[in-house]
Amino acid sequence: MKLFEYRGKELFNKYGIAVPTGNLVSDKNDFANLKFPIVLKAQVPIGGRGKAGGIKKAKDLKEAKEKLNQIMGMDIRGFKVGKVLAEETADIKKELYLSISLDRTKRMPLIMASAEGGMDIESVPDDKIFKEWVNPLIGIQPFNIRNIVSKLGFGKEKSKEISKVLTKIYKLFREYDCELVEINPLIITGDGGVMAIDSKIIINDDAMFRHQDIIPEHVELTALEKDAKEKGITFIQLDGNIGVIANGAGLTMATLDALTHFKGKGGVFLDLGGTDDPEKVKQAFELMKKAKPKVIFLNLFGGITKCDTVATGVKAVISKEGIDCPVITRIKGMNEDEAKEILKDAGLITATTLQDAAQRSSDLAGGK
Amino acid sequence: MSIFVDEKNKVLVQGATGHQGVFHIGEMLNFGTKVVAGVTPGKAGQEVHGVPIFNSVQDGVDETGANTSLILVPARFAKDAVFEALDAGIKTVVTITENIPFHDAMEFVHYAKYKDAVLIGPNCPGIASPGKTKIGILPGSIFLEGNVGVASRSGTLTYEIVNSLKEKGIGQSTCVGLGGDPIIGTTFIDALDAFEKDKETKAIVLVGEIGGTAEEDAAEHIMEHISKPVFAFIAGRTAPTGKRMGHAGAIIARGKGTAASKIKAFEKADVKLAKFPTDIADLVEKHL
Repeated sequence: MKLFEYRGKELFNKYGIAVPTGNLVSDKNDFANLKFPIVLKAQVPIGGRGKAGGIKKAKDLKEAKEKLNQIMGMDIRGFKVGKVLAEETADIKKELYLSISLDRTKRMPLIMASAEGGMDIESVPDDKIFKEWVNPLIGIQPFNIRNIVSKLGFGKEKSKEISKVLTKIYKLFREYDCELVEINPLIITGDGGVMAIDSKIIINDDAMFRHQDIIPEHVELTALEKDAKEKGITFIQLDGNIGVIANGAGLTMATLDALTHFKGKGGVFLDLGGTDDPEKVKQAFELMKKAKPKVIFLNLFGGITKCDTVATGVKAVISKEGIDCPVITRIKGMNEDEAKEILKDAGLITATTLQDAAQRSSDLAGGK
Repeated sequence: MSIFVDEKNKVLVQGATGHQGVFHIGEMLNFGTKVVAGVTPGKAGQEVHGVPIFNSVQDGVDETGANTSLILVPARFAKDAVFEALDAGIKTVVTITENIPFHDAMEFVHYAKYKDAVLIGPNCPGIASPGKTKIGILPGSIFLEGNVGVASRSGTLTYEIVNSLKEKGIGQSTCVGLGGDPIIGTTFIDALDAFEKDKETKAIVLVGEIGGTAEEDAAEHIMEHISKPVFAFIAGRTAPTGKRMGHAGAIIARGKGTAASKIKAFEKADVKLAKFPTDIADLVEKHL
């Protein structure tokens, strides 16, 4: 889960990392505790808000109210701004970049630091980004910190301040099960202190059960996706018009790929997983119907899951509630012959191969 | 021969008395796997299909000489279970559990390395060497003894591919499910090295998907170290950026992890790529 900037800064505060004085604002009274000039920042869970006009400066209360009105409710790449953070402007002498992320290859926390902060890290040349990996069993050690901080080329005092921040964000990264903690920029102020001007924190969804203090504020899921999640079904809406139901994430992805090969386009990714429970199958079909696909493509491989049990579940939903779009099925594996009979009996189209089924689905969805 | 596991593995199942545990102990016994113990705290003295249940892994190891553990416990208890197995001296841990926090996986992956143990998974279907053993939840009916090694990040898609090999009479030396998570213990590179050494394996099939750079790393490794022919399928060619496609590890993030990049890397390494999952069998058949 991506945290809003202000939530991330609350965590920075908790871990003793300095952030600018500021608060959320929704009307003129909310500016009472702030010293002008200030900066207003749209709270959105996506990058690039500055370019989209989501960050604006204000020199006095009158200007602040105007800018607040402009930002609140603004649409930033499909995300409607509902929260605005106002902060006192900082005295920036130097901007750095600091982050900790999960390195999938080394399977270790990866610290990245650069003396070139304040811009998208993707646009910083590789030789200006320094990296250090931490053994998760022993945790961050002074040598790790020396290795990376010394490369930034600051004097003793500033290096010491940066080192302290690094120790603190490592602790935060581990204690909150983060996929990413990023400070860009981390600034050095006129009086030699360091301060986090922005925060980007992503917490691993699978670890949310042990972080009850983190309240999900924005939903990155559509209404149907949310509904599916509550039912324990993997359901992702895409921009095509063919609803794919398959078992297993890999097979579902491969099914979408096969459709694309025949110029079709997947509109829903629905992974039944290892279930052949008729109730789950029923729920899956109901969700799929609500997404209103032009064609449904059911692609099953029965291993442990028995094809005929799934087919019985499908038949039950269709004979009871009907279905207003064609359903193409391709069934392979355990008890496939029985399953095909059941589906034929329910009036569904049974194809022999993945290619055949993908072609038929694509043609039907394209109006042929 | 086979890789990572063979008929000598004596398997202990952690999470043995749950629905999954009971079912898969039966399936493994049918396949010929030596399942010697189960562990569920508080249920010592019970039996599942004749397999004795113990309160702790250490008890199970002491009583039965188990050297392998299959982890079927829920996600929030998985880290504890893996640590317990490793501390009891288990040298092969197969972790099926899905939705394990990434930080937990990171810790136990490193601890397994420190203990010189093989860790497969998490979020994987397990490993099977036809004719020898099956440790996990893979369906026994799809396998055939033979010479093709299979390593995959996926479950059902792998069953589909293995089944299509079987239909052409092409058997497998070992099929290992590496797992769909971003942090996994055994990688394509580990599997490639093991298949390269294994005399029985004549060809290698890799089943990859979007997310991370495991396939790109594998391609580099193949160019330098692997002499056996490699075939591959990559799932997720049409997946959008930023969405987790069912597997926690299947996500294109910051421009990294696209199928296009993986396909390009494999082409450079002269790996033969299949357009559809079932085409793998045709490619392998032509070659053998």
